[in-house]
Amino acid sequence: MNYSDLFRVTLPETMLELAALVVLIVDLGFLRKAALKVRVAVAALLGVVGCGLALVTVPLERVGLLDADDLNIIGTGGSVAFLQISILLLTVLTLLLLIDSQFTRHVGEYVSVVLMAASGGLLVVAAQDLLVIFIGLELMSLGLYILTAFDKSSGKSAEAALKYYLFGGMSAAFLLFGFSYIYGLSGSTNLYWIGDQIAFAGSSPLLYVAWICIVAGLSFKIAAVPFYFWAPDAYEGAPASAAAFIASVSKVASFGLLLTFSAFWLMPGGPISGQRDVIEQLLKGFYHAWQPLAVVLLVIAAASMIVGNLAALAQVSVRRLLAYSAIAHTGYILLGVAVKPVYTGQSSVFHFLLDSYLGTSRCFFSVLYYIVTYGLTTIGAFGVVSVVERATGSDRLDSFLGLHKRNPLLAAVLAILFLSLAGIPPLVGFWAKFNLFAAVLGVSAGPVPFALVALAVAMSAVSLYYYLQVLKRAYVMPAIDNSPIHAHPVTMAVLLLIAAAVVVLGCFPALLQNWIGSFYPA
Amino acid sequence: MLAWTIYLSFAGALALALMPKGRPALSRWLALAVAVAGLVLAVLGFVAGMGQGRVTFVDLPWVPAMGIHFLLAADGISRVLVLLTGLAAVAGVLFSWNIELRTNEFFAFYLALIGGVYGVFLSFDLFLLFVFYEIAIVPKYFLIAIWGSTRREYAAMKLALYSFAGSAMVLIGLLAAYATAGSHSTTLDALAHANLPVSFQMGCFPLVFTGFAILAGMWPFHTWAPTGHVAAPTAASMLLAGVVMKLGAYGCLRVGIALFPRGLDPWGFSFIGIGSWRDVFAVLAVIGIVYGALVALAQSDFKFVIGYSSVSHMGFVLLGLMTLNQIGVSGAVMQMFSHGIIAGLLFAIVGRIVYERTHTRQLAELETMHLSQRLPFAAWAFVIAGMASMGMPGFSGFVAELQVLAGAWKVNPWWVAAAGVGVAVGVAYTWRALQKAFFSDALPSAHILEEEREHPFAAITWPEVTGVSLLLGASLLVGVWPRILLDTIEPAVKALLAGGVQ
Repeated sequence: MNYSDLFRVTLPETMLELAALVVLIVDLGFLRKAALKVRVAVAALLGVVGCGLALVTVPLERVGLLDADDLNIIGTGGSVAFLQISILLLTVLTLLLLIDSQFTRHVGEYVSVVLMAASGGLLVVAAQDLLVIFIGLELMSLGLYILTAFDKSSGKSAEAALKYYLFGGMSAAFLLFGFSYIYGLSGSTNLYWIGDQIAFAGSSPLLYVAWICIVAGLSFKIAAVPFYFWAPDAYEGAPASAAAFIASVSKVASFGLLLTFSAFWLMPGGPISGQRDVIEQLLKGFYHAWQPLAVVLLVIAAASMIVGNLAALAQVSVRRLLAYSAIAHTGYILLGVAVKPVYTGQSSVFHFLLDSYLGTSRCFFSVLYYIVTYGLTTIGAFGVVSVVERATGSDRLDSFLGLHKRNPLLAAVLAILFLSLAGIPPLVGFWAKFNLFAAVLGVSAGPVPFALVALAVAMSAVSLYYYLQVLKRAYVMPAIDNSPIHAHPVTMAVLLLIAAAVVVLGCFPALLQNWIGSFYPA
Repeated sequence: MLAWTIYLSFAGALALALMPKGRPALSRWLALAVAVAGLVLAVLGFVAGMGQGRVTFVDLPWVPAMGIHFLLAADGISRVLVLLTGLAAVAGVLFSWNIELRTNEFFAFYLALIGGVYGVFLSFDLFLLFVFYEIAIVPKYFLIAIWGSTRREYAAMKLALYSFAGSAMVLIGLLAAYATAGSHSTTLDALAHANLPVSFQMGCFPLVFTGFAILAGMWPFHTWAPTGHVAAPTAASMLLAGVVMKLGAYGCLRVGIALFPRGLDPWGFSFIGIGSWRDVFAVLAVIGIVYGALVALAQSDFKFVIGYSSVSHMGFVLLGLMTLNQIGVSGAVMQMFSHGIIAGLLFAIVGRIVYERTHTRQLAELETMHLSQRLPFAAWAFVIAGMASMGMPGFSGFVAELQVLAGAWKVNPWWVAAAGVGVAVGVAYTWRALQKAFFSDALPSAHILEEEREHPFAAITWPEVTGVSLLLGASLLVGVWPRILLDTIEPAVKALLAGGVQ
């Protein structure tokens, strides 16, 4: 390992950590007597500057940090760079939404924890070694637990954080347990090496145990059924900007990790050479090793879509509604991660490899597209909820009554974001879904993927009902209270920016697709 | 030129949405100007397109990675339906002249809906068509939920969910077709020439057809239609019956039949005389015709009578499509136009001219009001519209239904026999509603006459007269001189039946 490489590769993380320290020093050292508003503004601004510095230092070349065997420990470029840039941009948005909030006096600490958690996220999406992955995940998760608990005056915040922490600790234990089995089976912590070893060794009961543990651990991070219990509480109890951070940044990072796993372990990724029969054996090995995992992931995906959408129907708290809808969206995205081409031995190896490469990379693109646009939309949704919450004191459906009169602009933003989440064209949520489902069917058009896509489309028809419940309150039902709701100009500007992005990216879907594509050399 | 109908409507919707509140007169005039401009464009496009086949206006790559094109074009069928939309849009604005609540928002949603409808009729790329189709759902919800009457929130949600469920079925079918075709283009031409396997077409056709037919009010998925029509404000019920149900029928034709023609082939076995999807949907259409008419006969709410009559008339459209022959399908397109005009007119008379003055739609209460004397304009307008709706010669409905029945006779005379029952019941329910609402026998006592003279109904306004004349004139013109539309429809239908989408 080369330390100058380490420095180069982790420069964005370093920038974030430095910014976190600067925020602490400035807030605790110089602004102790300043008004809370000023402190919040300065801290958020410093955080944004830190993210900006990290943005410009994200390494784009594809030579990452190598270990002694010349295998990547931390990857760079390609989808890693795209995910890191997305994480940083989403973090900037959540920091900007912080500006008019007053739930805590410990502003400096809050912003620095956000920055540290974001740097954990950067590490998670880049890591290609089990140990680094685990460190990144814990760095991010510990930050998230603290952020959830930050509203000290609220009992719900504390309860949510404790639940989140206990579930999170358990999932980390599962994940580590699974990792230890993988290490035992392959003799390495590096994903390249593990992928090859597992493919040659084929399936074994121990491997299944490892899969189950890892899937349990990761399902917790992405809030998939049946490990989602923390999510509604955390979304409801956490301060709004923390909830937005959990719903967007941590989700992007966790799905990035899932993509890394699936890239290395679930398909022949590394340089394959040798005799035809060796390659065929390898392909079959991959198939047998990954098949049980695929089945588990697909079951989880289907269950998440069903449970998330049906449970959301019954919610009266908009934050909980967003939490269950997030579970449903997780289900859709998991389809894109889990559906893989199957080598049946009928076509030639070359064609199979080519097809599966093209199909799976399209699936990857569509998953990236989905999580990033979903993250963007959901930050906006939490922004609107937090403004309404501050004015009415509650996030219940009824506090949205008459929003179109109380703040027409805010109501319009809400309508755009929620319709996008429901998947109404021409908003970006529709293209994300369409892109993803088309890619899934492009990888494998067998009856199982088709049935799951049909289920997903049917479930998004169900989802329209609960999104419309909120919009109905905002636009249709008579208001109880007609006093106008004021939003901080910065908050409003950020929300309008997000809504505009949702519309523009929806009307010109190729913009974002081309941008994602530009991270990959031709 | 026709493409501008879409841009203009959306621009109008945006302008109205951004307009300051409290300027209802300005909103009305702006909406009317946009709708009239759309109609003028539609007429010009119709005239310019006479004798021409398909004309492409815009073809830009929209999502190159997936082969999606922004492809706007028009053939004869599109031009006729765009013309219908233009007429319905202008009439709808005229009959909404008295909307005072959140006027600018009303017309913004209204024009957004119109823009989506124009878009569907002019899209020749499958996904563009689907996008416009879905765009039309949301404004419908708000139009009914905010400005509607009887159980409006329930009806609006029911309509939105039925529409969305239908479009989900369509989306599944489209994704499957896109994946199976393996082509790198989603234009209708490319997909029609993709040689989709017959077994796949057999599976995909009913899915897509049913998805679209939900919006066309096919029995047994029609229940959104009467509740939706009744709850909607007048202009919205005019649009729902007039053009939105046509979206469904148009999708059935343009996507269902044109992309999956082999899906209508015989299964190879038959069960109680039903041997293909074509038979299944034809039987459902015939059931719709008879069932809609019978239910309309038993209604006590005037608007429900018209609502169920729409289900019955849309049954003719679906039956015409299932004949798959030149005359039947041309008749179906003709019926789409004719029903769009006549249903719009009936809803306008019942919802706006009568209800806004009497504040009741119950036939039993209207019976005591002697409307033939107090609202002679409404009575005579309804007599003429009712005759058009029954399918009297001289009106557009006659030409259309005759063609559908002639086409169906060639395929299966029993369908015609059953549909004939529907026509007869159609005369009965229209007659009954007419009699009860306007020409009741009960003679008023002198005292009541006195009271009525003291509280006359508001006078008929110019927008009402203009709207009624516009729609009646269109129906008469087409009834007397059907060639004006048929010359445009027939070549397009011929091309569509001959080779998928030309």
